[in-house]
Amino acid sequence: MENIVTQIQGVPLNHYIIFCSIIFAIGVTGVLIRRNVIIIMMSIELMLNAVNLLLAAFSAYRGDPTGQVFVFFIMALAAAEVAVGLAIIIMVYRNTKSVDIESLSKLRW
Amino acid sequence: MSELIWLIPLIPFIGFVINGLMGNRVPKALTAIVGCGAVLASFVLSLFVYFEIAAAREAGASGEIYVHLFDWFTVGKLHVALSFLADPLSAIMLLIITGVGFLIHLYSCSYMASDAGFGKFFAYLNLFIFFMTILVLGSNYLVMFIGWEGVGLCSYLLIGFWFKNASYASAAKKAFVMNRIGDLGFLIAMFFILETFGSLEYGTVFAAAASMPVGSSMLLIITLLLFVAATGKSAQIPLFTWLPDAMAGPTPVSALIHAATMVTAGIYMVVRSNILFTLSPVTMEIMAVVGLATALLAAFIAITQTDIKKVLAYSTVSQLGYMFLGLGVGAFTGAFFHVLTHAFFKALLFLGAGSVIHAMHDEQDMRQMGGLRKALPVTFITMFIGTIAISGIPPFAGFFSKDEILAHAFQHQPVLWAIGFLTALCTAFYMFRLLYLTFFGKFRGTEEQKKHLHESPWQMTVPLVVLAVLSVIGGFINIPEALGGHHSLAAFLAPIFEAGSAHAETLSLSHSTEYLLMGVSAGGALIMAVVAYNRYVRKETLPTADTQASKGLHKLSFRKLYVDEFYDALVVQPLNRLSVGFYKYVDRSGIDGFVNGVGNFFVGAGKGVRQWQSGHVGFYIMMMVISVIAILLYAVFSI
Repeated sequence: MENIVTQIQGVPLNHYIIFCSIIFAIGVTGVLIRRNVIIIMMSIELMLNAVNLLLAAFSAYRGDPTGQVFVFFIMALAAAEVAVGLAIIIMVYRNTKSVDIESLSKLRW
Repeated sequence: MSELIWLIPLIPFIGFVINGLMGNRVPKALTAIVGCGAVLASFVLSLFVYFEIAAAREAGASGEIYVHLFDWFTVGKLHVALSFLADPLSAIMLLIITGVGFLIHLYSCSYMASDAGFGKFFAYLNLFIFFMTILVLGSNYLVMFIGWEGVGLCSYLLIGFWFKNASYASAAKKAFVMNRIGDLGFLIAMFFILETFGSLEYGTVFAAAASMPVGSSMLLIITLLLFVAATGKSAQIPLFTWLPDAMAGPTPVSALIHAATMVTAGIYMVVRSNILFTLSPVTMEIMAVVGLATALLAAFIAITQTDIKKVLAYSTVSQLGYMFLGLGVGAFTGAFFHVLTHAFFKALLFLGAGSVIHAMHDEQDMRQMGGLRKALPVTFITMFIGTIAISGIPPFAGFFSKDEILAHAFQHQPVLWAIGFLTALCTAFYMFRLLYLTFFGKFRGTEEQKKHLHESPWQMTVPLVVLAVLSVIGGFINIPEALGGHHSLAAFLAPIFEAGSAHAETLSLSHSTEYLLMGVSAGGALIMAVVAYNRYVRKETLPTADTQASKGLHKLSFRKLYVDEFYDALVVQPLNRLSVGFYKYVDRSGIDGFVNGVGNFFVGAGKGVRQWQSGHVGFYIMMMVISVIAILLYAVFSI
């Protein structure tokens, strides 16, 4: 355990922050510009995992395990979210024969 | 016995409840028995009360019977009891109401026999007797006001008895609204009385008023307001136009409510409060002038009317005007005497007219009648007596009462007498005109009507005969001293006027002047009878048809002096326009505009805002990201 912490601390904290920000930005951009629902789901996962990584890094640097506990919570939540999201996508596909996010715009008022 | 005077109103009320609940579910005979029986029972009780009071008066006592039923309410220093007061004045009123009322109930048994609303009619009539007896029995103004409002309600219900006819229903509404104006005066007068005297009980008020100075401004306000109330109920200028329209009701109703009893409530109220009025001479003058103007105006209109009931209605207005003239010149006894005799002969005339209308199958136009005296002998003779009585030809009832008023008017101001005399001439003329047009000459109706002409059944003729007898002898109860009488009625009523007698004018004309006045008015009436005979029997002049143009005074009279049109233009139209204005500008544009404006604002706002709800998920997320960044920036920079 001590070993892992040392290993994590082997990389400067700033690098973690920059790396996670980049991954998070990629995720946001993916959600914003892609129209395929599955890709959007994947981008969301990317954002979640960027946060997870950052939480783990901070946790190791501060010597506080709370951050890692939160990572587990987020993972569980992500799993549930994906389950529900994929179910919705399947239903959308059955109804519209497409996974284009724009096909859902007919749900507005 | 005297403790039971509350039974007098109660029994007709029970009659009302029974008839009202049973409606037409029981045989008509039973309804009639309940309706007539209740009033008859009240009449018998009233007779007992009368004899008890008369005995007390003989013995020199004031003859007041005061019965305190229960305390109604007490608020602060205001203390109102439901209590009854029977004294000489209310005893006579009770006799008129229940006596004439019973005769009219009996008459209605036959007159209304074929009407679908038989039970309802008797229920209303009994309710009317209930309220009218409450009105005259109350020992304070509030109890009188209950009766005052109640009789107005019954009047409304009975005028609009055949409410399916729209014009009848609106006549009922007119009567109700005009009475309401007067009632407002009564209500405000009560507030002033309460403020001034701290009580509504007659005894307290009159005792306190007796010590007030003549012409006190408070008394002036109170009496003027009371007079406004009286003009509404008793159909005086300016509120008289409802009474002729009230003839829309069944004829017995016209006889009972709009001739004999309810319309005299105003006179009863003034006589009851005579002390207040004698102490405010200004009101007395106004009352005399208004009464006289009403008398003359109504008599003038009556001359050319062709509807038999309308003539009688205007005649009633005119006679009521006489009574107010009497009150105004201080002839309280005379005015009340006229109430009494008028109740007899006017009820008689209305019932006679009803009998004619019945025989003519609901024909009321005198131009379609004529020559009915052979077919309707009893009706003819009794109506003839009534006509003589109302015209003031001695020795019938109307002569004595009218003469007493005129004598007082002469002493007060000869001009009043002259106009009063002129009115009396008109009265004699139009009454004999009615009689001649109806009973003399040739029959002018259809063959159909001629075949069915018949004398009315006994239920209708008996009341006619009884009232005719009373119209003959009714005047003898108050024969003036000039004719060797004793003013018995005045003596009987003396306690009522005791407090005000110090300020009241007493008749001080010499006997020769009185003889002269009597001779002039009796002679004038006779001459008018002859003039009318000449015109309508010898020359067989017929009133012109409605379509035919008339001109000058005749047109003015025939069109009822355009009073209705005048009120229409002065009050009704402006009110209508005002309400249309309110409707258009305040209700529709103002209130509706505001309410709809609020709705429209939110609808518009929603329309604008929902443009953001485009359904493009990317856009939503974009907004979300921008918002998150904005919040973050805010959080960072605000620290």
